Amino acid sequence: MSEPTQPGGSADPSAAVVPHPLDSDAVSRTVDNALADIAAAADLGELKGARIAHTGEKSPLSLANRGIGALAKDEKAAAGKNIGPARSRINQALAARTTELEAERDARILVEEAVDVTAAPRRRRAGARHPLSILQERVSDIFVGMGWEIAEGPEVESEWFNFDALNFKPDHPAREMQDTFFVEPPEAHLLMRTHTSPVQVRAMLERDLPLYVLCPGKVFRTDELDATHTPVFHQFEGLAIDRNLSMADLRGTLEHFARLMFGDDAGIRLRPNYFPFTEPSAELDIWHPGAKGGPQWIEWGGCGMVHPNVLRAAGIDPEQYSGFAFGMGIERTLMFRNEVGDMRDMIEGDVRFSEHFGMEI
Amino acid sequence: MRIPLSWLREYAQVPRDATAEDVMAELVKVGLEEEAVHRPTDSLSGPVVVGQVLSVVKEPQSNGKTINWCQVRVVPAGQPQTLSGDGIDPSGVQGVVCGAHNFTEGDKVVVTLPGSILPGDFRIAARKTYGHVSAGMIASVRELGIGEDHDGILVLSTLGLDPEIGSDAMELLALYDQAAEINVTPDRSYCFSIRGIAREYAHATGTKFTDPAGAVVVPPSNGAGYPVRLEDQAPVYGTPGCDRFVARTVRGVDAARPTPPWMSTRLRLAGIRSISLPVDISNYVMLELGQPTHCYDQDKLSGDIVVRRAHAGETLKTLDDKVRTLDPEDLLITDGSGGIGIAGVMGGADTEVSDSTVNVLVEAAHFDEVSIARSRRRHRLPSEASKRFERGVDWQVADVAAQRVVDLLVELAGGTADQTGTDVGTAPDAVVIDLPAGFAAQRIGIDFTADQITGTFTDLGAAVEAHDGGWTVTAPSWRHDLETKEDLSEEIARLVGYDLIPSRLPVAPPGRGLSKSQQQRRRVLQALADAGLTEVLSYPFVSAESNNTFGGAEAGEQASVKLANPLSAEFSYLRRSVLPGLIEVAKRNHSRGFRDLALYEAGLVFLPQGTLGTPSIPPLGVRPPEEVLDGLYDGLPAQPLTIAAIFTGNDSPAAANHQPRAWDWADALDAVRLMADVVGVELLVEQGDHQAYHPGRTARVSLRSGEILGYAGELHPKLLAAHDLPARTVALEINADLLFEAAADVIVAKHLSTFPATTQDVALVVDGSLPADAVLATLREGAGELLEDVHLFDVYSGQGIDDGLKSLAFALRFRAIDRTLTADEASTARDHAVKLAAERHGAVQR
Repeated sequence: MSEPTQPGGSADPSAAVVPHPLDSDAVSRTVDNALADIAAAADLGELKGARIAHTGEKSPLSLANRGIGALAKDEKAAAGKNIGPARSRINQALAARTTELEAERDARILVEEAVDVTAAPRRRRAGARHPLSILQERVSDIFVGMGWEIAEGPEVESEWFNFDALNFKPDHPAREMQDTFFVEPPEAHLLMRTHTSPVQVRAMLERDLPLYVLCPGKVFRTDELDATHTPVFHQFEGLAIDRNLSMADLRGTLEHFARLMFGDDAGIRLRPNYFPFTEPSAELDIWHPGAKGGPQWIEWGGCGMVHPNVLRAAGIDPEQYSGFAFGMGIERTLMFRNEVGDMRDMIEGDVRFSEHFGMEI
Repeated sequence: MRIPLSWLREYAQVPRDATAEDVMAELVKVGLEEEAVHRPTDSLSGPVVVGQVLSVVKEPQSNGKTINWCQVRVVPAGQPQTLSGDGIDPSGVQGVVCGAHNFTEGDKVVVTLPGSILPGDFRIAARKTYGHVSAGMIASVRELGIGEDHDGILVLSTLGLDPEIGSDAMELLALYDQAAEINVTPDRSYCFSIRGIAREYAHATGTKFTDPAGAVVVPPSNGAGYPVRLEDQAPVYGTPGCDRFVARTVRGVDAARPTPPWMSTRLRLAGIRSISLPVDISNYVMLELGQPTHCYDQDKLSGDIVVRRAHAGETLKTLDDKVRTLDPEDLLITDGSGGIGIAGVMGGADTEVSDSTVNVLVEAAHFDEVSIARSRRRHRLPSEASKRFERGVDWQVADVAAQRVVDLLVELAGGTADQTGTDVGTAPDAVVIDLPAGFAAQRIGIDFTADQITGTFTDLGAAVEAHDGGWTVTAPSWRHDLETKEDLSEEIARLVGYDLIPSRLPVAPPGRGLSKSQQQRRRVLQALADAGLTEVLSYPFVSAESNNTFGGAEAGEQASVKLANPLSAEFSYLRRSVLPGLIEVAKRNHSRGFRDLALYEAGLVFLPQGTLGTPSIPPLGVRPPEEVLDGLYDGLPAQPLTIAAIFTGNDSPAAANHQPRAWDWADALDAVRLMADVVGVELLVEQGDHQAYHPGRTARVSLRSGEILGYAGELHPKLLAAHDLPARTVALEINADLLFEAAADVIVAKHLSTFPATTQDVALVVDGSLPADAVLATLREGAGELLEDVHLFDVYSGQGIDDGLKSLAFALRFRAIDRTLTADEASTARDHAVKLAAERHGAVQR
């Protein structure tokens, strides 16, 4: 705080005229003088100078007050009435001015402390889940919400679980449609699962009926990586086994799921197809209202009624129980749902891909 | 399967103006998915006309070539040229420069006039060349996009054609036809024929189907043809390899005659190259009826034809001129000289028809699917024939197909058919299926009428008979896929239409939600992302070297799962560690300019243990006994969920007002601790020793049980250098399954004391190599139950501490659950802790 400069020309109290305690005009002039100095104080430093000059021990009124003691007894009361209110007026003015100046100072400090918020650093890295993981979890949540459970299984699998249990006949061309990675030695009958259907077989073998499970996971085919193919990709497959299930139940389940994924206007279409593990089998198209380029049918996956041989492989009597199954690719779903143009973006691990999505898809 | 529309029209009612796209839109309704359109006019447009060469003047050039300056009449003499445009000569005679020499004056050729466009966007215009204005081109088959032969231009007489000058050559060559290509699923073998597709088209559109097999008149077999014996000494799965063999002879053919354009065009549109007239006829009939046939030069045959399995070591030179060593499982067509064909796969070279063939023996046989599939796979010989045989061919159509080939050989090659023929074999039993009433309705969810059901089977060509409880259906001989009532249900739904299936949402019984480990995984993976790490995915295919380095703490060969058919020989193993993939991802990001990285991946690793796999697998359609199932389970490698992370560069981007911090080993360890905290598991951290990590800056992390969870720390400097990664890159990898299993099912609450705490600090001088964590554990033990918390807050060595020693400063917080502690009580507890540390570690209080 700066030293008081020249508060109304009375910086030096000794230079100020000390009024006679009984001289009300002189006292009044002294007060006026003081009030003028207080009002003129531009900051708290100047005000401090004025305070010392006008209320300090050597200020005119303090000295005048001290002079009361020397007055005659009958003059003391009049002098007190003269000096007391005068000092009070000055103190009030000081207090008021102090409040004013403090408020000004506080406001000024806040202004001075302002920063450029646009120059703020990112102190913490923003991490990200992989969009395929997020999508997989979202799909799982939809089915868990319907009372289904999530089943998982190994990626290196016995040939029986991947093919025979699913009614792929030995030597049948359907077995070759899957472009399978086999494990050495081939006589050990191990492979990398080509779909998550072996998990369905495991679920049928291990769990009680009725059974409603979703099997998400990684699958493998001997495709070279390009814009639309990858040797490693993800699927989710659903399986329901209960009494009296029909294709109507399959359609109802898929429609419900499609609407939760793609909005209330989404719909599904079934077209005849062939899979060894379902009979009847259908290709599943989705009516995607928000598709890039306008609403359209998009090929989404396969489905059908579980083949009786698949039920038998798990020891389930096909005369008592029936079931439906469906399967879709997670990459494919992400591609058309979120307009991912190139398969490679999803699997190369470029941080920009995951970080663009963050924790949501 | 590619379907030329002109061909389909012969047997199905395809609208005149229907395009390939229209046909595919119908076929997809019955399950034949569209693949592509083949339409010559998409890349070829006229005027392309028939011209006659009037004169040829040979003009040698300075470059050694000789060109022909030709005058070609493209309008009949005496008639006006009705075409106009740049380069069209009103006289009707075009001057054309031609480099080919396989034609002469008087030949009729195909002229692409100025204004026409040829495949490859080759636009024909009058242009100046070799001192002439060449107004058009005399075309070769290759230039027209109708063949590979580019030896010379197409002389129409070689096709047996003598068309009118000026007529539309595209019409002549059937180039206005188009083909729809559809995907045929493995169950629908009969759709590898125009016959099958026409039937399906009729199903899809509700129109009439004419069976091409019905138009062929087959004389009754008199058995007096070429002698044939079926002698399968080793049937596969008990099914004879050949159960029908029809042999017919056509004599006196001119095998060198050209294939007529209508046939070669259809073959080409169907994706089959024209080879010679007899072979083209054989292929044509195969496409039409679905029955592969084979033509032998009968004069090259000797003795009876015998169909048998090959002998060990027997060889056969196939049509592609390769000598193949046969397997005793291969089904072989033989004559007195030995093998003359691998049944259903490929014929032999020595008995094949050639231009000089006079007498042709036509074979139309029926083979076992499995036998053919195995031979095809064994010899890697996929062919149009094997494709059909291994999916199943109609037993009943063999004699029809043979007759059709015979008829065409007679008609087009000028032969005479023997009236005698051979037809040996036994028809398989017809497949009769019972369809109980209500079954299809229950399975499909549509209340089908009786008419819909019987109508479906009649349309399919099946015999159907109603009885009290439903229907008895005899499957058509070409429908090998119809075996059960479920198959019949699909046919009804398919023909009635899947669109009519109603929608009903089934209610699942109350579920149990996500399992404990599924929830733990989500929380851990989310926590890493919340902590600023980015989740990525990598492939599990690695090199042996990667597995040996990252797949075990100690150097040496690590047992790994190897792929029999990897995409790349270098990466033929399945990962034992997620880190090699993560390192590749880090490098890729680095090379793309991203230097500050914190990446993680969760995935399975593959750890072989015991014997891999099982020597055999159980049959389909039956639940295997428990011990067999156990064998299947036990034969798998262990595949624990593994989480790895890699950190390189700084923890955050450098920015104004912000000093980023370089990631270091403690960040890797901290991430492991974070994961453990998230699932509530206590970890033991020790100095670690792992070949992939810096020997002095690595933590080995274990569970209280002593099981090793994984490692965290700085990657080995040599390894970082070898992978071009920045120095001080740190990583972690843990077995997440172990971590999750270690978590308690229920965490029991602790009583929270509200009495004041007393904090005491101690500084202990210990051996420099002693882990701080060990001292901390000792202090905790020694301090007793009054100790609420202890943590290390300073590590110091240097001035005042002897070489080889270090000072560890701990803050101990004491609190009692039932009273305010006195200073003495806290000091006593602290002294106990220090005393135990002195006893156990030789610690000296500073």
